Amino acid sequence: MVKKRAKSIRGLTLQFMPYTEIAKLDSTERIKKLLRIILDNKVIILQGRLKTEEETRLIEDTMIMIGNIKGFKGVELAVIAQDSENINLFQRFKFGLAKVLVGQQDAITIIGPASIVKEMRKDPKKLEIMMR
Amino acid sequence: MAIRILRNFTKRMFSIFFKKKRQISLGFYGPPNAGKTSLANRICKDWTGEELGKVSSIAHETRKVQFREEVEIKYKERSLKFKLVDTPGIATKIDYEDFMKKKMKKKQAQKRAKEATQGIIEAIKWLDDMDAVVVVVDATENPYSQVNITIIGNLISRKIPVLVVANKIDLKKADVKKVEAAFPEYDVVGISAKSGKNMDEFYESMFKIARKV
Repeated sequence: MVKKRAKSIRGLTLQFMPYTEIAKLDSTERIKKLLRIILDNKVIILQGRLKTEEETRLIEDTMIMIGNIKGFKGVELAVIAQDSENINLFQRFKFGLAKVLVGQQDAITIIGPASIVKEMRKDPKKLEIMMR
Repeated sequence: MAIRILRNFTKRMFSIFFKKKRQISLGFYGPPNAGKTSLANRICKDWTGEELGKVSSIAHETRKVQFREEVEIKYKERSLKFKLVDTPGIATKIDYEDFMKKKMKKKQAQKRAKEATQGIIEAIKWLDDMDAVVVVVDATENPYSQVNITIIGNLISRKIPVLVVANKIDLKKADVKKVEAAFPEYDVVGISAKSGKNMDEFYESMFKIARKV
């Protein structure tokens, strides 16, 4: 495999991605799209969240890339979602139904390259992003 | 995913109707340095007299899945056989320079990093073979890391019973309540794999999740 080199950083770019941009893609395409942006040294702010199996796949693909792309150290990832503990049964049903129909959009996923984002420290109510 | 769920369901139904399960595959998952191998060692030492793997303060010491079959554990006049599967710590990033900070040479650090990435992929693949999983988290660290959430989310979608273990309660900074608050829907047991503190409660919980298999 041809070894690529991760591009050097000139500034910080936050790229907002509405859920509609990935809604119609299959899992492979979704992950490819996200990783392509990360390799450009951009931090993605994604409306919604990936499916759990896609999150795992993202970790697997990231691990493969660490071995093949020089300078790539992996990703930092955090999801801020609604606290499902404090919602009633009807709301839970409503959100569950919406999730099935249009995907989980009531969350924000932040993914950044580990070469730029040192750490994402999540608390139930806040997210701290430490940059390098 | 649907095939996986169907396969697990069929496996469970088969074991219920046709034969008693010979042994339960119990996986130890979690972030690096949470104490998965220490806990697996503690259990193996308690019931077989031998340890399972090497532990180290440097992250990613376990870079290959290691297991011990037919570990018979007795609790309150009941006995169950387990296959204990210790997995490499799951992370979203690996930087060989972090190993160099622990006085490792560059080549050695790069080799360790490469093996660690392969170990993570292997650990994820093994999820399919688990009957139940113990998610080991470090009680002195922030439990809200995405790795913990992703692992547990995957287990839920695969319908695999989960027990959360808050390890290192012998340390002052440990906060089991915070771990409980982070995973309110699961049984959380605070233990110290190193000192053996609270292992009775752990074995009780282990038998509880074994019932769900």
